[in-house]
Amino acid sequence: MKEMIRIRDLNKSYQMGHNSLHVLKGIDLDIGQGEFVSIMGSSGSGKSTLLNILGLLDEHDNGSYHLNDVLMKNLSEKKAAYYRNQFIGFVFQSFNLISFKNALENVALPLYYQKVPRKKRNQLAMEYLDKAGLKDWAEHMPNELSGGQKQRVAIARSLISKPKVILADEPTGALDSVTSREVMNLFKEINAEGITVIIVTHENDISAMTQRVIKLKDGIIVAA
Amino acid sequence: MFDLDKWQEIFTTIRQNKLRTFLTGFSVGWGIFMLIILLGSGQGIFNGVESMFNDDAINSIWIRPGQTTMEYKGFKPGRRVKMYNEDYDYLLNTYEGIDRATARDWVWGVNVSYKSEYGSYGVRGCHPGHEYLEKTQMLSGRYLNDIDIQEARKVAVIGKLVQQDLFGQKSTIGEYINISGIPFKVVGVSDDVGSQWEQRSIYIPVSTSQGVFDGGSNEFDMMMVSTGDLSLMETMDLAANIERDLKERLVVDPRDQRGLNIRNNNEEFANIVNVISGMRIFIWVIGIFTIITGVVGVSNIMMIIVKERTKEIGVRKALGATPLSIVSLILQESIFITTLSGYIGLMLGIGLLEGVNKLMPEGTPFFKNPEVDINVAIYATILLIVAGSLAGFFPARKAASIKPIVALRDE
Repeated sequence: MKEMIRIRDLNKSYQMGHNSLHVLKGIDLDIGQGEFVSIMGSSGSGKSTLLNILGLLDEHDNGSYHLNDVLMKNLSEKKAAYYRNQFIGFVFQSFNLISFKNALENVALPLYYQKVPRKKRNQLAMEYLDKAGLKDWAEHMPNELSGGQKQRVAIARSLISKPKVILADEPTGALDSVTSREVMNLFKEINAEGITVIIVTHENDISAMTQRVIKLKDGIIVAA
Repeated sequence: MFDLDKWQEIFTTIRQNKLRTFLTGFSVGWGIFMLIILLGSGQGIFNGVESMFNDDAINSIWIRPGQTTMEYKGFKPGRRVKMYNEDYDYLLNTYEGIDRATARDWVWGVNVSYKSEYGSYGVRGCHPGHEYLEKTQMLSGRYLNDIDIQEARKVAVIGKLVQQDLFGQKSTIGEYINISGIPFKVVGVSDDVGSQWEQRSIYIPVSTSQGVFDGGSNEFDMMMVSTGDLSLMETMDLAANIERDLKERLVVDPRDQRGLNIRNNNEEFANIVNVISGMRIFIWVIGIFTIITGVVGVSNIMMIIVKERTKEIGVRKALGATPLSIVSLILQESIFITTLSGYIGLMLGIGLLEGVNKLMPEGTPFFKNPEVDINVAIYATILLIVAGSLAGFFPARKAASIKPIVALRDE
């Protein structure tokens, strides 16, 4: 199995006034291509920080991080933006759809930053919306969609750039159990196509649906 | 720069944020509007003052004898000072630099008639130089000439309002009008855009007016000389010399301003020009402050825009937006709004000035044709765009440098 993520002795601390808060204390982690993984831990365990570093939204202090065999170190803003766009799809707890764009435009946005022509972009976005079962909702604005629908739009958006990894931060945190199950099923389908899916959650029944559970406690991995 | 997709993005944003767009646009549009009104009114004042100088030649010195107020060389005050043809010749023969000259000899209380039409007009004896010094424009025929003076011909140049009163549509040149019962041949019709009074005047040779109406006297009422292309300093010297010598000749105390009044229009005009330059600077200072107000307004609203869009920018960055694309998205939007609303403000300002111009009665003193140099308007708009982008650039760059993780943090 090809390695997608390799992390060695990763450390991260935050400066809080005069105090330094050591959040990640030497993480070693390998995730292979096509794995369906959940990261669990209580609040303050460092799981969100780890996800942000994995997603190149935040920088680590020391240690090494290879994504798709590329060392992620001292990236410029532009370079980080490029890798995010090429390798990673994000799904957030609060969906983070752009409120003044309709579902189709939201899904097409990553392709805009890849300079894909408009027509092609919208055509692809429609395909992905269809896959998420939202073809009829393409012209609707985010505030006209239910929570589950919004999350499915967000997932379609994360997939459209054909990423290697999907990073989902509490993707079901704002959803009821029925829609949570639908969303998880969608993730399963995505994973079945060979995309690595990493989900951060604190719900046991969600992590139970993944192939592998990584448990984080006080900044170190206690079970992988 | 021209990227259809980016414009699509911008128009979507604008459509979805109408109030914000309006507020940004309003501060800029209002700034430009005020600037246009200010500059236009300023220009109106300049034009008004300038038109007041259209009446007479600017490069001239006027010499007016009056009544003495000081005792001098045995003469009591209260004496009327008189000027004669000899004084006229003396001036022309004594001083270098005098270009043209004319005497003025008023003819009072005369009726003028042509056939059954008649009226009362200012009749004035003068030399050919009067045409230049009074800035007379000939509409038809000719002005008075030297032979008219030499032969004391009974010829007249009539102002265009006189022509309208007496002749209407009828042919005028070569016809005879009666001035106090004496027939004068009309040789020309004149106009003077600077003065309605001049349009109601009749000019006859000074020798004729002296011979016919003053009983053969050599006296006239005042004289004017033009100073050609002498510099301001030279004309001031010339005026001072004329004053000194002529007062001596006419036995007037050198300090007596009423006895003989010398007015150097060169100097008067230079003073007005100074005042106008001062006003111009003043208006520009106000204009620049108006623009600065607009810039601060744009800057403020851009700050709010960036703050409001922090989360959206974070999402965009997570999806692969580069810092540059964020900066240019926000800047382009602000430049677009600024340009459009600046243009609207420009048009409204010009429209208002045009309206004022139309509604204002003809001949309002000190105000004429308020207008804005189109270059000024364009420069002001460009300046606003540049300033607006500058004001928007720093907030936009700040927003673009925000780490996406900060922008995405749930509140």
